[in-house]
Amino acid sequence: MAVELDVFVGNTIIMSEEVYQLWLDGYTVNDAVKVRMEGGVLDEFDAKADVVLSDTMDQYRTFQMCERLLHSPTKLANQLLFQIPPHRQATLIERYYAFDDVFVREVLGKKLSKGTKKDLDDISAKTGVMLKSCRRQFDNFKRVFKVVEELKGPLVENIRQHFLLSDKLARDYAAIVFFANNRFETGKRKLQYLTFQDLAFCAGQLINNWTVGAVDNMVEDMDVDLDKEFLQELKELKVLITDKDLLDQHKSLVCTALRGKTKAFNEMEANFKNLSRGLVNIATKLTNTKDVRDFFIDLVEKFIEPCRSDHWTAADMKLYLTHYTNSAHILDTFKHQVVWDRYMGVIKSCIFKMYHD
Amino acid sequence: MPGKLKAKIVAGRHLPVMDRASDLTDAFVEVKFGNTTFKTDVYPKSLNPQWNSEWFKFEVDDEDLQDEPLQITVLDHDTYSANDAIGKVYIDIDPLLYSEAASVISGWFPIYDTIHGIRGEINVLVKVELFNDLNRFRQSSCGVKFFCTTSIPKGYRAAIVHGFVEELVVNEDPEYQWIDRIRTPRASNEARQRLIFLMSGELQRKIGLKVLEMGGNAVVGYLQCFDLEGESGLVVRAIGTACTLEKLSSGSGTHTHPNTAPASNACNSPSKDGKEPVFGEDLPSSSGPSTPFRALPTSSSSPPPFSPSKPCSRQSSSSDTDLSLTPKTGMGSGSMGKDAGPLKTLLRQQTQTALEQREFPFFTLTSFPSGFLLHVGGVVSARSVKLLDRIHNPDEPETRDAWWEEIRQEIKSHAKALGCHAVVGYSESTSICEEVCILSASGTAAILNPRYMREGCLDLGGSDQRFEDPSPSSCGFCHIPYDELNMPFPAQLTYCFHCRRQKVPDVLFTTIDLPSDAAIAGKGCFIQARLCRLKKKGQGEANATAISNQLPFMEYELHTQLMNKLKLRSMNALFGLSIQISVGENMLLGLASATGVYLTALPAPGGIQIAGKTPGDLNTEQHILNIQKRINDTIAKNKEFYEVNPPDLTEEVVGSPIPEPRLRSRLFRSHSESSDELSELDLSHGKKDAFVLEVDDTDAVEDIQSLLTDASPPKGFYSCNTETMPGIYNWTSALQMFTSVRVLRLSNANLSNQALNKVFTDLCENLLKSFYFKLRSMIPCCLSHLVFSVAVPEEDLIQVAVTAVAMTFDKDQTQDKPAEKPITKGCSEAEDQLQFSLELCTDSSSINSQSSSKNSGVPESSHLSTRDRCSTWLELLRLKAHTIRRGSVKTISSLEHSSPLTDGRSRSLRSSRSFGGSSVSVVKMTPLSFLPGTRIVKYVGIINMFFIRETTSLREEGGVSGFLHSFVAEVFAMVRAHVAALGGNAVVSYSMKDCVLMENPNKNQCQCLINVSGDAVIYIRETDQEVTGSTANIRLSCTSSADGAT
Repeated sequence: MAVELDVFVGNTIIMSEEVYQLWLDGYTVNDAVKVRMEGGVLDEFDAKADVVLSDTMDQYRTFQMCERLLHSPTKLANQLLFQIPPHRQATLIERYYAFDDVFVREVLGKKLSKGTKKDLDDISAKTGVMLKSCRRQFDNFKRVFKVVEELKGPLVENIRQHFLLSDKLARDYAAIVFFANNRFETGKRKLQYLTFQDLAFCAGQLINNWTVGAVDNMVEDMDVDLDKEFLQELKELKVLITDKDLLDQHKSLVCTALRGKTKAFNEMEANFKNLSRGLVNIATKLTNTKDVRDFFIDLVEKFIEPCRSDHWTAADMKLYLTHYTNSAHILDTFKHQVVWDRYMGVIKSCIFKMYHD
Repeated sequence: MPGKLKAKIVAGRHLPVMDRASDLTDAFVEVKFGNTTFKTDVYPKSLNPQWNSEWFKFEVDDEDLQDEPLQITVLDHDTYSANDAIGKVYIDIDPLLYSEAASVISGWFPIYDTIHGIRGEINVLVKVELFNDLNRFRQSSCGVKFFCTTSIPKGYRAAIVHGFVEELVVNEDPEYQWIDRIRTPRASNEARQRLIFLMSGELQRKIGLKVLEMGGNAVVGYLQCFDLEGESGLVVRAIGTACTLEKLSSGSGTHTHPNTAPASNACNSPSKDGKEPVFGEDLPSSSGPSTPFRALPTSSSSPPPFSPSKPCSRQSSSSDTDLSLTPKTGMGSGSMGKDAGPLKTLLRQQTQTALEQREFPFFTLTSFPSGFLLHVGGVVSARSVKLLDRIHNPDEPETRDAWWEEIRQEIKSHAKALGCHAVVGYSESTSICEEVCILSASGTAAILNPRYMREGCLDLGGSDQRFEDPSPSSCGFCHIPYDELNMPFPAQLTYCFHCRRQKVPDVLFTTIDLPSDAAIAGKGCFIQARLCRLKKKGQGEANATAISNQLPFMEYELHTQLMNKLKLRSMNALFGLSIQISVGENMLLGLASATGVYLTALPAPGGIQIAGKTPGDLNTEQHILNIQKRINDTIAKNKEFYEVNPPDLTEEVVGSPIPEPRLRSRLFRSHSESSDELSELDLSHGKKDAFVLEVDDTDAVEDIQSLLTDASPPKGFYSCNTETMPGIYNWTSALQMFTSVRVLRLSNANLSNQALNKVFTDLCENLLKSFYFKLRSMIPCCLSHLVFSVAVPEEDLIQVAVTAVAMTFDKDQTQDKPAEKPITKGCSEAEDQLQFSLELCTDSSSINSQSSSKNSGVPESSHLSTRDRCSTWLELLRLKAHTIRRGSVKTISSLEHSSPLTDGRSRSLRSSRSFGGSSVSVVKMTPLSFLPGTRIVKYVGIINMFFIRETTSLREEGGVSGFLHSFVAEVFAMVRAHVAALGGNAVVSYSMKDCVLMENPNKNQCQCLINVSGDAVIYIRETDQEVTGSTANIRLSCTSSADGAT
């Protein structure tokens, strides 16, 4: 007795969030049935495997039919095929575009190309995220990237409007797009300790302060590309390390302010010139695309690692950077206050975020 | 030139990419009506074209307006090759033809292609300007309203119920024409769709004409069906009940005083002037009052495809003696009320004269205004097996007409044998396999209140009232209509457990809904009998004879199953009974569904006793004892589950000890083609005791086993196949309508009948189980209007399609609710309430305060004078109505407050939508005639749609299941879009009439036909005071409704 056909269609879409998640996670129908049976929610209904199977099949089919619409979520709102209550639409979209942090960490900064897509099975094996789910997440990144690439206006807002995502998710996508566009290197061993959320935060800082959009908000790609003029201006900061007087003056100002306030004072004093050179060098090299890509690795190598080996606490770091930034204002011969603030503001918050184990 | 149709094509969206090179489409639209076609400009390179066309005007006859659909075709312009069709939209403009319904059709319609499904949407505006034509020879019947709803539509009252209307039209099926060999599947499908649209339009127009001739203005309980007879043609037939409906003056008439509501403007309606008193003569058919119909003996008149039928003895005797349908009132005076006897006779004669003039006193309605139904006799049904032949002259489909005529005559004579003059809850159906066709008709024999049949029936409380049947409404319909001394079949009668004055049968089977004022105990229960019988493959007459020989045995067995299952649940009445018999090449399927109820007026059912054939055998005895114990346990469990706790009855008065032998059934049926055996066949279990099940062979054991395997629904779930669940009154507003289809392939060709039965039973049981599972998030919940339809699409395939609605209810239902029920129901419609109170008024003033007060749960107050009592009653009723109303308001509003998150979220989502502007408004669908917690303020038109879908890439679409899943979803979407375009926000009385699936997996092909119907309505929440159907209002009320199962 083979069931040749078995469908159940409701006037209003019938879905369980549990099954939707299983589908998104890439479970096959049979595996999903297993998971559901083991879940035990069905005991009270003395549901046999066939009942669960039939239900799972129906939902999987529904999701497959919805998937096309989910690719352009605005269509989901005014399509006629499925009657989906608004809160359900929101859930469907939000979950579809949700991603695994472990997975996105792997592809962050990589080119969203066919080549990368071919490596997905390796990533799947490494992260434990099912290949099917990896593909969906990767395609989502690509789709969002493609759509917002050519749009004017703020990146986060564009993503939110075109994909009807929550603010949080839209920001994450903005970070992913930003990383993919600038091809930041994130895969190096030294950067492995950084989570996606760390990097997304940094991306947010960069988008808000260093892109064209930070100055002018009606240009194409405004939030994706770094402000070229600004990068050019950063070269001027070189004077902080090339001018011996200025460097000494800066050091003494910082040390005066720090003295007695931290246990790591001696290390700070000893390392000041080194650290300052590191940060300013990063700034002056940013006109180079190659060096932009190495931005995060440079931050870690030139600043975070030396500090860590001297056992600075997070509070030490905060104190040091605050005074380091502020003292530059008191230097009479240093004329690039605005650029300095714009640069150090981002550096400061990025380092705060990145300074952990 | 009596009508001007105007159409405007506004825009399209989400169109498919037709030009691969540019990933865009150059779309334009053809608008066709009749033979006239207009075209829009090409809107180049866009998937969201804005045509914004001029108004295309068609000047046409109103006859065409009724028959033809507006046909909109979206095409992709191609400079070098032929234009590619994207898809079509058919718009039925009938709803625009009567004044009260929609005035404009405007909205987004899915663009449908029979091969690709829905491909984008198109925004269309349609209007009609109608010039009234008073030509009395006109062929159109614009203005007659059609309702699928099988009760008087909400917001209307029936001034007169005229009675049965039927019509059928036939045509050649385009799929079987020679041209089909050379045209594409798409062209063939479209030809078919269009033809069926035309045919159903024509059918509706013809029925409308009959209604106008009768003096009515509406058809209620309109049931239209397609018979795909293959080679021999395509039949579209419809039946319905002609009525004169009046709109209740104020939409919110719930507070109107009973006596003011029935505005007597009926006499002003032009259609009735002069005509009404003699409407019998206006009937186009030859059987006027002077011509007594020739009841059954059909051997000469019916074209005999095989052995000519002889009428069964009972039928012939009755047709000999009293053709005039006179109930044998005089002969059994004992059964009549003692005091009301003569009056009743007079009354009956009046009724009879009114009904006698009709060819068929049939009513397709299943629920009636209070007081309409006086007595119910039992189920009457007739089946006949026919061999299909080519219809030679489509304009005069005589044979098909004659077939149905024959069956209806039979039904009529059965009703008469039950002492009834009318048949209610009447329906007809067919099952076709190759050239064999089983025609079936069934209904419930009943006696109706004459005041609804005549002019002036509106003047309630007039002199008519004195003739009113004295039976209280809560038990009156149970009282036997036939004569006790001359019973049509052996039955056990007792005095009514309610009024103690008249006789009632021990069990009652009906096809109608439970009358709203019936007194019941506990809750109702879905009961199904399933049967599968093998049959030898055969051809022609031999095959037909074999089938017709099997039918009586199948019915007998189904009936036995129903009876046993009813007892197992300790209930004594079935409502909504429908027995479907489907024929396949090598098997016959029988499926009987009904809702069991415990009617307190009827005697309590006894248990079931198991008896062994061979006493003495210890093993067997032990086994039997075990089974008996299990049965008793099941009965006890069911009693608890369904809360069947009948009020304590004084047994000695009735003196019917349990188990009382000879419990008899009400099922009364026959087969015209096999009546020889039939006359011998007694469905009432012959000489055996119906309670005693004999275990004499393994089959019987299995039967009993299968009886016990029927699982009761899980806790929190109830199910029924009637409009409302008996015993549940406090519905909340969440509902989920669904359609489910399952096809089973029998892998083993050599199955026994028993094994086959098990397979079929499991199929149905598993379906139910999976519904419970899927909808578990709605608990406490009731599956209402469960309609199963079975088919044998191919050898070794069994198809079951189910449409039903899951509705949530409030668990905290107090025990005394039943007493208040009529009022609760009445709240939603002025009509009911008004009728009810009037009924009480007469009751108390004329007779017997005892019984009536008892059964409506109001404390007896014998010290009051009649008048006083009357007024206090009304007072009390109104008071109760108010409290209930307030109560329900409260629950609804609290419900809305409980989900502020949902609402807030949806709103924010909507506001953030940048695209497309409007979001899609919610359209609710339900197979019931009402939506809980809401009031229907307007019926905007009947929905009757037919779709074909075909694929040649079955695997790619996810196999048969994937294919059908998307098709059903598409059908829902198209229904919703049409309703929304009419300005409606819900479909009530929705049903899927046909779902014909033909697959050929080897060729990777599949084709499916679906026919759906329903009534588009505008509803408002009961809490909303405004009666405006403004969309803003509607949208608000919709969004907060729960979305069903997760």
